[in-house]
Amino acid sequence: MFSFSDLTHWIDSSLRLWMNDGWTLFVEFVLIGVMILVSYAVLALILILVERKVCAWMQCRLGPNRVGPWGLFQTGADMIKILLKEIVNINRSDKFLFRLASFIVILGSVLTFGALPFAKGLQVIDFNIGVFYLLAVSSLGVVGILLAGWASNSKYTMIGAMRSGAQLISYELSCGLALLSIVVLSGTMQLSEIVEQQSEMWFIFKGHVPAFIAFVIYMIAGHAETNRGPFDLPEAESELTAGYHTEYSGIQFGFFYLAEYMNMFIIAAIASTMFLGGWMPLHIPGWEGFNGAMDYIPSVVWFLAKTGFCIFMQLWVRWSFPRLRIDQLLRLEWKILMPVCLFNILLMALVVIL
Amino acid sequence: MPDTVNPENTPIVATGYANKPVVLTVSKDKFYETARSLRYGEELPDAEIHIPAEKYDYLIDVVGMDYGDSLGVIYYLSPSAQPEKVLALKTSTPEREQPELFSVQDLWESASVYEREVYDFFGIRFINHPDMRRIFLRADWKGFPLRKDYDADPAVNPVPLENELIADMERVPSVSIKMGDRVETISQLFEEDDYVVNFGPQHPAMHGVLHLRIALNGEIIKKIDPVFGYIHRGIEKMCESDTYPQILHLADRLDYLSGTMNRHAVCLCCEKALELEVPERAHYIRTIFDELTRIASHLLGWGCMCMDMGSITAFVYGMRDREKIMDVFEETAGGRLMANYNVIGGVAQDIHPNFQRRVKEMIPYIRKMLKEHHLLFTGNPIARGRMKNIGYMSREQAVSLGATGPSGRASGWHNDVRKIEPYAAYGKADFQEVLRTEGQTFDRYIIRLDEIEQSLRIIEQLIDNIPEGAYAAKTKAVIRLPEGEFFQRVENARGQFCVHITSKGDKSPYRVKFRSPSLTLVGALKAMATGAKVADLIMMGASLDDVIPCIDR
Repeated sequence: MFSFSDLTHWIDSSLRLWMNDGWTLFVEFVLIGVMILVSYAVLALILILVERKVCAWMQCRLGPNRVGPWGLFQTGADMIKILLKEIVNINRSDKFLFRLASFIVILGSVLTFGALPFAKGLQVIDFNIGVFYLLAVSSLGVVGILLAGWASNSKYTMIGAMRSGAQLISYELSCGLALLSIVVLSGTMQLSEIVEQQSEMWFIFKGHVPAFIAFVIYMIAGHAETNRGPFDLPEAESELTAGYHTEYSGIQFGFFYLAEYMNMFIIAAIASTMFLGGWMPLHIPGWEGFNGAMDYIPSVVWFLAKTGFCIFMQLWVRWSFPRLRIDQLLRLEWKILMPVCLFNILLMALVVIL
Repeated sequence: MPDTVNPENTPIVATGYANKPVVLTVSKDKFYETARSLRYGEELPDAEIHIPAEKYDYLIDVVGMDYGDSLGVIYYLSPSAQPEKVLALKTSTPEREQPELFSVQDLWESASVYEREVYDFFGIRFINHPDMRRIFLRADWKGFPLRKDYDADPAVNPVPLENELIADMERVPSVSIKMGDRVETISQLFEEDDYVVNFGPQHPAMHGVLHLRIALNGEIIKKIDPVFGYIHRGIEKMCESDTYPQILHLADRLDYLSGTMNRHAVCLCCEKALELEVPERAHYIRTIFDELTRIASHLLGWGCMCMDMGSITAFVYGMRDREKIMDVFEETAGGRLMANYNVIGGVAQDIHPNFQRRVKEMIPYIRKMLKEHHLLFTGNPIARGRMKNIGYMSREQAVSLGATGPSGRASGWHNDVRKIEPYAAYGKADFQEVLRTEGQTFDRYIIRLDEIEQSLRIIEQLIDNIPEGAYAAKTKAVIRLPEGEFFQRVENARGQFCVHITSKGDKSPYRVKFRSPSLTLVGALKAMATGAKVADLIMMGASLDDVIPCIDR
């Protein structure tokens, strides 16, 4: 199977022929940074188009179909529009925190995005505490949301921010505990190691019932983390107009928008890495021919396909379910998901021991 | 309805005639006591008047009147146990400078908004009413527009270029009588440190330009103050200078989602006054159009309710099915949302040759889609969790608040005009008035879907039996109503829509009053939502399904 590490090693060694170590590292950092930002933006644009098309399909509509063939350039045009839009200054808002908030939100999601293993050998950095890192930086976003709500000096944003504070912090618990049960199963926090261990069989099959429970809980809690329906209380269009980002305009609003879609991608990517084998092809023990055939499909295709499946699930839920109320939302987390999660870890430990 | 005596030298005069409300005229001083006796079904203070003892617990409408020499008010009352009975209680005051009457808002909760409206248009202040602010016009408006001596010169009330001050909106004047002394007080609406949030006039869930000012305590609602008038067009004032056929077009534009029914009400009222025989064919066509409009309105109401809960897919489904009905309208009437189809004496033109076929095709389609709607939304556990045990309104409350239509029927109040006094061809169709007992948001939700099924039944029975003949009766080129007062109610998609016309025999009326079912529904919202959560307020508002242009008129 083709490994991207061959390519990266080749780039590294050829750069070292031309310049010393310090410059090599510098050029590589810049290259990686540019690649991450570009793929971040491009993926977000694709996702927005996909969401619009999928939701149109579910609603018996056509979706965007005017700009380019099948409306393919619609989101590109939207991006140009949003870049050209005026940024409205809000009177009596805290200007510095107001600006900072959108950057923090996007920072949290770029940092998480950067650490994902996209394909065999295609990972920016492979920590030995990878899972821990993902959980830590992805929870940065809530700071940005709280700041946005506070600094706008508006009542809608304030209510939205308070809701999202309660919601995100609660659901992070379930997210973390669900991933923890996979850590118990694999015995490592290193993402590359976790993917490698699934070469025999994906964890969702290997881990029996507890892995499946953890997968379902992770999908629910992760979906809540992205602030999308039925968990879109912080935005709650029909109640708070746009929740915490009511006062934002132009590209600053674009950042929130981008972060929302990329968080959806990140949640789906983590779910596929931890439960569905990440970039690892589908292998069934004993079926050598089948496994060999599966290996011909490039690893990045596997990764994107699994992530796409998870994203589709999220879209499906988003466009079918009504919104929860804040007390129902918190009850779901604290009285159902979290106890189940804790019990699930015990169960997983039993499965590992036996 | 027995005619009551008219004894000499008594200030109370009661006259009753067949098929029209019993009229009871009371002097200003005896008014409150009479009203209270009627409300609780007690003996009237004047022993010589014999009104059958009924609890007149439903206040249909309050009509302010300028008689020229005096200012008056007509209270249309009805007992909820015998809804076919209607009584008009009249009182007046000769004072024009500072007219004052006693308020009955402690007897009927719905009187609270009605009396504010009378104050706004006629300047009659109601003693003991805690909130005597203007309701539709701005606080700084000069004069009272529905008085006959009103100065409509634009120089008096120029188009304001500045926003209305919040401080003005929060200053609540009232007049009361304490220990025999007349006391004028001004109180503040909200407390100093209340966290007041504006819902509207531009808000995704307000379905128009309703403006709710809400004092919040975290997520819990402490106090609600609805602000009306953002789409006030002065339709009742316009009617006074329009001819009757012109008024029909204004009636369409009150509750734009039940335009056909509103227009039907005005037509019926004029036909009753003219004693015009409407051809049977027109009655059938009108009934079918009314029911189609009701289905369209309920589908949209259902969709909006789902959208307010965050389920946008359901909204699109509702709109899609409604579109089929609009297409049928377009083919026959030319208009879609505003069919502009009813005229005095019948309908504007005969039905399109395709009409019957297309309606018959549509019935099974909507039935099938109703199943899908239930599957998509009614059975959803989140949706049920959001709607059950929320927004309770008891039957007594519904009657007192005047919450008619599906909202009142969800609380078990039998108030369907189609059953109470079957007009047009409703008497010929076999259908059921859907009643529920729990009175929660969920009941108000499901009752709309059940009513669609009943409407389909009505259409099914009538569509093949439309009699041959003329589609409209001949009327004179200029329609003049005979002198008198005329009152007609019909069931529109939101409740009882009533028309009161006072005619002096001219080609335009002396006074027209429309009863908006939505206005009282906002009162119901206010009563229900205090103490609830913000998210539930949105659900309650959506379940009442009010239309703002109808409120503001």
